Amino acid sequence: MIRFDAVSKAYPDGTVAVDELSLTAPSGQITVLVGPSGCGKTTSLRMVNRMVEPTSGTITIDDRDVTSVSATDLRRGIGYVIQHAGLFPHRTVVDNVATVPLLTGSGRRQARSRAIELMELVGLPASFADRYPAQLSGGQQQRVGVARALAADPPVMLMDEPFSAVDPVVRDQLQQEFLRLQGELGKTILFVTHDIDEAIRLGDRVAVLAVGGRLAQLATPADLLATPADPFVAGFVGRDRGYRALGFVSAEVAVAAEPTVVLGSPVARAHDVAVDDWVLVVDDGELPQGWLHLRAHPDGGPGPAPGDPVTPDLLNLGGTLSPLGGTLREALDAALSSPSGRGVVVDEDGRLIGSVRAGTVLEHLHAATADPSARVRP
Amino acid sequence: MNSADGSAPWDLFGYFADHRAEVLDLLWAHTWLSVLPVVIGLLVAFPIGWLARRYRWAYPPVVSVSGLLYTIPSLALFVVMPTVLGTQILDPLNVVAALTLYTVALLVRVVADGLAAVPDDAVQAATAMGFTRLQRLRTVELPLAVPVIAAGLRVAMVANVSLVAIAATIGIPQLGQLFITGFQLSVTGPYYPPIVLGIVLCVALALLLDRLIVLGARLVTPWQRVSAAR
Repeated sequence: MIRFDAVSKAYPDGTVAVDELSLTAPSGQITVLVGPSGCGKTTSLRMVNRMVEPTSGTITIDDRDVTSVSATDLRRGIGYVIQHAGLFPHRTVVDNVATVPLLTGSGRRQARSRAIELMELVGLPASFADRYPAQLSGGQQQRVGVARALAADPPVMLMDEPFSAVDPVVRDQLQQEFLRLQGELGKTILFVTHDIDEAIRLGDRVAVLAVGGRLAQLATPADLLATPADPFVAGFVGRDRGYRALGFVSAEVAVAAEPTVVLGSPVARAHDVAVDDWVLVVDDGELPQGWLHLRAHPDGGPGPAPGDPVTPDLLNLGGTLSPLGGTLREALDAALSSPSGRGVVVDEDGRLIGSVRAGTVLEHLHAATADPSARVRP
Repeated sequence: MNSADGSAPWDLFGYFADHRAEVLDLLWAHTWLSVLPVVIGLLVAFPIGWLARRYRWAYPPVVSVSGLLYTIPSLALFVVMPTVLGTQILDPLNVVAALTLYTVALLVRVVADGLAAVPDDAVQAATAMGFTRLQRLRTVELPLAVPVIAAGLRVAMVANVSLVAIAATIGIPQLGQLFITGFQLSVTGPYYPPIVLGIVLCVALALLLDRLIVLGARLVTPWQRVSAAR
């Protein structure tokens, strides 16, 4: 547990970076500090490992004042991940990961084998061990950064915008794996980001900081979206919050059966089962492939000939897939993005279960808002 | 040996064959007079450069003062050194001290800039992982500053090889002596062989020492040669 007690940081020129911050980051959970630039989130984070010393107030980790041990000893017991990873360019991947164990006097061989284990844990092949950071992509470097922070098995991790400098696809992947990893490891994590979507996705609790280092609200992501404490938080949380909040409501929506044709069968068979001229095409293993439209193309061309087989190039790939037991957001998005208006629901192996319509999702939402117990974490 | 065809510039081989032991002594003297100041100069410049980097306000004055040092004519410095150090005028120590001063002047800035070129992310990460300041300097900042410092060392080394030759005018034996010998033997007409030999050996020595620095730097920076593979 990391605890800030009336912590302030003012600079000699009078700038107040953090103003009387009091908050607790519970053990085994991810607490996200989020806010615009200049809100003191990074300063707050860096006060935990004393890279910045507070002007007043105390910070404790598991009820021990961080100033009760030397700064270097304190830091060796805290994992730290930064934007751009901050790897040592002159050391190989395995040596980067083994940094803290070697610093604290572990044997070389032991530190190395532990480093290889950690590389596998964060999804890096052991063959990368002897590469230099310059030979890795940004996403791979960030994985090394996480592995390095985990090397001494610290109970507490500080993460400063660790996923901000990679492209959205890689970021999504890293966030997903980070949550999986945290599910296994249960570290006490203080996570800084400027991205409210990232905060909501990753945080067990989210602390919104305003410019000048004032804590505006500390709440679970769902509560933050549902009941912003003041206009600043409401503005910062953003416009789509009603929609995003659906990501915290489970979707036990009734799934309707959806007629299908198998890829490669004649278009004529699709005509027999189509609803509103749209038919879902699956492969042999019941995995949805896309939607087939049976009417003429809007540009005037004829529709697919009844005698032709159904081929992949005829398919519309517009719809997203909603996992069974997912959230209302996923179900609604599947319905809204589907060209037929019917959102495709799949099981955990990606096989077709059926479809939902947007109207059905919204009816379910009315029922769910009447019953707050339906709210879940994704 | 002072015959007409013996004075052709390319007769440097003949001159070398006739004066082998003497020339090799001069070459050896030239080598250590060039190398020693660079080694001492780097050891002196490193802490000064580190301070200029550590305390930003110190950087401008330190760099200007060291730049000014370089404008003092070397001959003047060689002549003044015995007074400053209390040494004999013919003591090679004068040359070593003067050239060390030049090397320091050159390298203070190089060291400060080399340390400044170390990626800030890496320094921050090292601090956050619990390196002491000295551990960080030794295992992170110094290795990462090597490419910049090595480039500065090459300049200092080559400059020293040429500056050492000037010390011949105050009678310190090294390759510059060959120019004076050549000048003294040019009684009836120019006598080239020792002069050309001196030039060739100076250039060869400079090239060799330069290559050694490049090679040494390559050995300690294997990470510089990896291609950025994606």
